[in-house]
Parts: sequence; structure tokens; C-alpha cells
Amino acid sequence: MKELLNINQLENEAIYIFREVAAQFEKPVLLFSGGKDSITLVRLAQKAFFPAKIPFPLMHIDTGHNFPETIEFRDRLVRELGVELIVRNVQDSIDQGKVKEESGRYSSRNMLQTTTLLDAIEEFKFDACIGGARRDEEKARAKERIFSVRDDFGQWDEKNQRPELFDMLNGNIDLGQNVRVFPISNWTELDVWTYIEKEDLEIPSIYFAHKREIFIRDGLIWSHSDYVFQDEDEEVEERMVRFRTVGDMSCTAAVDSYATTISQVVAEIRESSISERGARIDDKRSEAAMEKRKQQGYF
Amino acid sequence: MGRLGGEMEVLKIATAGSVDDGKSTLIGRLLYDTKSLTDDKLEAIERSSKQKGYDYLDFSLATDGLVAEREQGITIDVAHIYFSTATRSYIIADTPGHVEYTRNMVTGASTSQAAIILIDARHGVIEQTYRHFFINNLLRIKSVIVCINKMDLVDFSEERYNEIKADFEKLVTKSDYEDQNITYVPVSALKGDNVVAQSEIMSWYTGKTLLEHLEKIDTKDIYNRGKMRFPVQYVIRPKTEDFHDYRGYAGKVYGGNINVGDEVMVLPSETKTKIKDIYFNGEKYKSAARRSSISITLENDVNVSRGDMIVKVDELPKIDKQFTATVSWMDAKQLAPGSKYILQHGINKVLAKVNTINNKIETDFSGVETDVTSLQMNDIASVSFQLNKPIFFDAFKEHRTNGAFILIDPQNNNTVGVGFIK
Repeated sequence: MKELLNINQLENEAIYIFREVAAQFEKPVLLFSGGKDSITLVRLAQKAFFPAKIPFPLMHIDTGHNFPETIEFRDRLVRELGVELIVRNVQDSIDQGKVKEESGRYSSRNMLQTTTLLDAIEEFKFDACIGGARRDEEKARAKERIFSVRDDFGQWDEKNQRPELFDMLNGNIDLGQNVRVFPISNWTELDVWTYIEKEDLEIPSIYFAHKREIFIRDGLIWSHSDYVFQDEDEEVEERMVRFRTVGDMSCTAAVDSYATTISQVVAEIRESSISERGARIDDKRSEAAMEKRKQQGYF
Repeated sequence: MGRLGGEMEVLKIATAGSVDDGKSTLIGRLLYDTKSLTDDKLEAIERSSKQKGYDYLDFSLATDGLVAEREQGITIDVAHIYFSTATRSYIIADTPGHVEYTRNMVTGASTSQAAIILIDARHGVIEQTYRHFFINNLLRIKSVIVCINKMDLVDFSEERYNEIKADFEKLVTKSDYEDQNITYVPVSALKGDNVVAQSEIMSWYTGKTLLEHLEKIDTKDIYNRGKMRFPVQYVIRPKTEDFHDYRGYAGKVYGGNINVGDEVMVLPSETKTKIKDIYFNGEKYKSAARRSSISITLENDVNVSRGDMIVKVDELPKIDKQFTATVSWMDAKQLAPGSKYILQHGINKVLAKVNTINNKIETDFSGVETDVTSLQMNDIASVSFQLNKPIFFDAFKEHRTNGAFILIDPQNNNTVGVGFIK
């Protein structure tokens, strides 16, 4: 029989965190976007509770502007896992007049997700929302805790965070508070990709190079789509591209690529000189864009 | 160009320095010279540096994350920074060095296996340096690298370097942690001397660069070695056809390896049994290393629940409702005798009452102990506790995980302190 000696520290740390969530909270939920980070989370959750099923549902906050490939993938994965999927739509929040659709050149539904998410947390009384955010993604996220307490309004108070010592996770909360949990806090983008490769995880096809109608704005490659505002003088062309993150179409830029397999993608990222969020249109709004969104209750 | 991560081995490093010691610059330099800064991040640094009118690249901008920090130009919380080499991945816990932020430094050090202490070559060993070293000692950080920075501002003087090194060595003689490895490097983070690349100007220094020191640290040797402890986190009962009677105990292994067939005792029931199977992701293993998150089954049908601990029969921990610990206090509300807290020891939560505050400990190695009636934020003191039920612990000096606990304020659920059991 084998010996479990050379362990992957990051994987074992994440499994430990998942088990703490299941033990310390009554109604956890895994926020699932169909992106590579949440796919990784799902695999780690499977490992944490094997041979039992994942003991909490998945939830997708759907902007309605997602890549169709991602949605197809999401539904198939959930069927295979046999877990419950909850979908809440930004469109409903718009129809109810709770949020107003942005207009103009950089309009996106990305910010609007926050309201839909907070409403869903209240609707289901979730006390722990597990997300795939990583500290290496962005400066404000580098300060995020593994168990990050949010108040009744879902807000993040970055100056008043609980210290996290050793691997002890304090999940005690007041009524009305909830915790955002980040099991892959300490992973880098490359850690996620090498894990996907090693575990042979299926991921949505938009992560691989494909022909797509695009246009160039501000040096970034934008998807040509009904959901994306486009000036008349912004010319559409066809290019081989892939995506490094899957936010919705209005906030995710593509990169030029010919990588059609996981190992080619991993090789490309190893050589890449632009950061993952460098292709996130939503982060370009201002230097403190992410911090502001987080204070308001964003993932 | 190399991207970070993707390696299995991770080394966590805590950094400590006073305001203006150039800590952020040093970290920025490490990122830049290991090519861990991507083009867009580098561009952002160039843009900001230019805006501020600097004629050099301000690498501190790579790490100072929050708006308040950028406004005030200081680091106010623990930030995590990632870089990697061909050898391994590194995570730096960047903690501020102000005296009022002992809390953050203790926090950063608690998850780290190595530490960098920064000294400004112009100022030498100052009171802050004492405190930084004290905390690294308290937390039992085995590898400490003392970076004597800003050598460019003292004409890269070998004499100055030796002077500071001798001063620090005097400090080391006061430490009670004999196994600690302490090394010294003269650097200029701003110019890049001896950080990643060997300094040409300081040809008198023939030792390792900072990165070479980090690369040489053996992660297998430094963390969490001791007796095997297996606190049960979660009970897995699938109740499916294939696993009808399966009752797995999920947890993380601490201290030493766990093996199938080990004779073990379940605490607190003190029931003896044997390890039947070890599972990881559905596969059976005959043994598992410390820090692995596994699940196990036991030979006998014993009642085990979360918070119980499984240990080897010949390696029993202390089992007690009373103990004394060194406490680092982290809350604005003071700790006083009679105060009640939730004490979280690993994953196990019990109720605790402060019996007595024995004395406050100065963090400057002066050995001065003062009688106090309460603890203020950032105080470190010896405190005796009474618990509502026994916990299963080791002295912190013998077991870096099973000897530590946190205190939670039952009124607001905040983590308000950390303790190291004596």
C-alpha cells in the first residue's frame, strides 16, 4: 500500500478549511461561477468529504451575460455531482427595481451581482459563502482572511478584521452576520492550473483557444456580443483567443492564444508576462476598484 | 519569464521591520529580481513612481494594498505576497513594524516557518529590533534571516555591518531558543545588492544572498515536529449503499506520521483502539505525513465526535482544566482576572476563565516583569486559566500547534488574543 508522504500543502490546507466550514456553520453554500477557481473548489470539496457527497449546495449568481459555454458546463457538472444548484438572476434584481442597469461604453452587470448575492444570502439564511478568491489576484484581496466576517449589509471592514493565528479558524458569528470563506486563498493562478492538469478536471471550452469575433478597445481584446456596448468605429475581427478568467462577457477580456490543451495553457501561463486580472476590465476602473467593491459586499 | 506557483513545496516567511526600514522595498525587489512582477503590475509601479516624482522604481507600491495605506504611505495589516523560484513557492506575510502592531506581527509569524528581520544600517539594532526578535522567539520561528538594509547609505561599509551583526549577536545570547538558525546579510533593497544578485560593491561579503538563504531552508525540518496529534474535525457518514457502515474521522495530522495498525487512544474517553484504514480522496494509504488532511477509520466501534483527539498510546499529551500560558493580547477591550472567554485550542472550543495575570513581560529581553491588573492591546503576559472541561495539550515549546490557542470574546465573537501554553 502507498504512503501519503509528499503531500501538496495547498490542497491539504484547502481540505482542512472545507471541513471547518461544514463543522462550524449551519447553512454553508459554495459560490459557483463555472470558472476554473470554483471548479477547483468543487474538486477539493469532493475530496474533503469523500465518500459522502458534498454536504452543501452550490449557488450561481447569473448576470445573464455569461458565456453560454460556461452555463452548459455548469449544468452538466452539477448533474454529475448530484448536488443541489441554486441560481439567482441579476435580471430579476433589475426587474424588481433593486438595481439599475448601467449604460454606456463600459456598462457591465458585474457590480449589480452584489445586490442579487446579498438578497440570496438573506433568502436562504446562508451563514457561510465559500468562494474561489485568491490573495495573489489583486492587492485588496492580499489582505483578505480565510474566514472573512461580513456584517448584516454584507460589508467588508478591512480595518477591523479578525486576526487568524496558526490554522485556527474562528467561525463564531452574531445573528445576521455571515462569513465568506476562501479555501484557496494561498493558491496562485499557476497553482490552480497545474492542479486542474494533475486532477484532469474538465473546464469550460472558452478557457482554450478558439476562433471568436472580437474588437480591440484600450489595448484589450473584447468579445463581440449583444451584451457588450460597442462603438460604430470599433471594428470586429476574428481571432484565435482564449480567456484566463470567466467573469461575464462585459468584464472579461480575451488573450491571443493557440493553447488548445491544459498542458499548453499551463505552459502559456508560465511564460506569460501579464497578470490574470490584467485582462479584467472591471479592475481598470480605478486603482482601488476591487477594494471598493469588496466593502460593498462583492465576492 | 517565469510565473509563480505550481510547485508543491511552499515556504511561508514573516517579515518584520520598523517604519522606513524599507521592508516593502525589499519585498518589491525580491519580486522584481525573481521576475515575479508581471508587465501590467510593473507598469502600474512605473506610473505611480513617475507621478510621485521619483527617479527610481518605488517597489513598495507592489505590496501596499489598501487605499488608506497608499494615502498614508504605511502598511497597516498583514498582506500576503507570492513569488516562486525553480525550487519552491514562497508566501510572504508582510506585517507592519510599529510598536502598536505587535498583534499583526504575532499573527503573521504564527503561519510562517521562517522570518526576515530588517535593520536600517544607519540606525543599527534599536528597541524595535529587540521586539521583532522577541516575537520570532516567542513563536518559535526556526530560521531567522537578519537583513541589514540601506547599506548604500553607509557607504557599503563592512565595519558598520560587523558592528550591527555583533550587536544582534549579543541579543541572541539572551534567547532561550537554542535550535534557532540565525544568519546575516548586508543588503541594499533599493539598489538590489545581495537580495537576489550578489553585490559587486560589497565584494568583502562572500556569504549568501537573501534569496540563497531562503532557498537553503529545509521545509521538512522546520515545522511542527513533535508527537502525533489527530484532532477530529468532522465525522463522515455517507450512509450510501457502498459505504453503509462507514464512519470516517476527518482531520489533519500534526507532529508526526500516522500509520495503519498504530495503537491509539481516543481522548477524552481514553478508549484504546487501532487505526484500521487511512483514506485520502477515496484511496487507502498505509501511513500519512504530518499536515495531511485525511480521514481514518478505527478497529473498534468507539464513539468519537468533533473536538476529540486521537493520539498514540505511548505519546499521551497533558490532559488538564488548568494551565498557565504566555498570552499576546490583541483587543482594545482589556483582559482582566475573572474575564470569561471561548478558548479555541486547535478546532476544539471550551469556556475559559482568567484566574490570574501573573506578570506582564517586556518584549525587549530586559527580563523585567511587572505586576499588572489588566492587559492592554499588544501586551504580552503570563496568564493562568481555568477551563470548564479538560483539553489535551502539549507545551508550545514542544509542539508548535498543540500548544497554542486563541481567545474569543463571547460578546462579539472577535478573536481577541493568542496563547502559548507553558
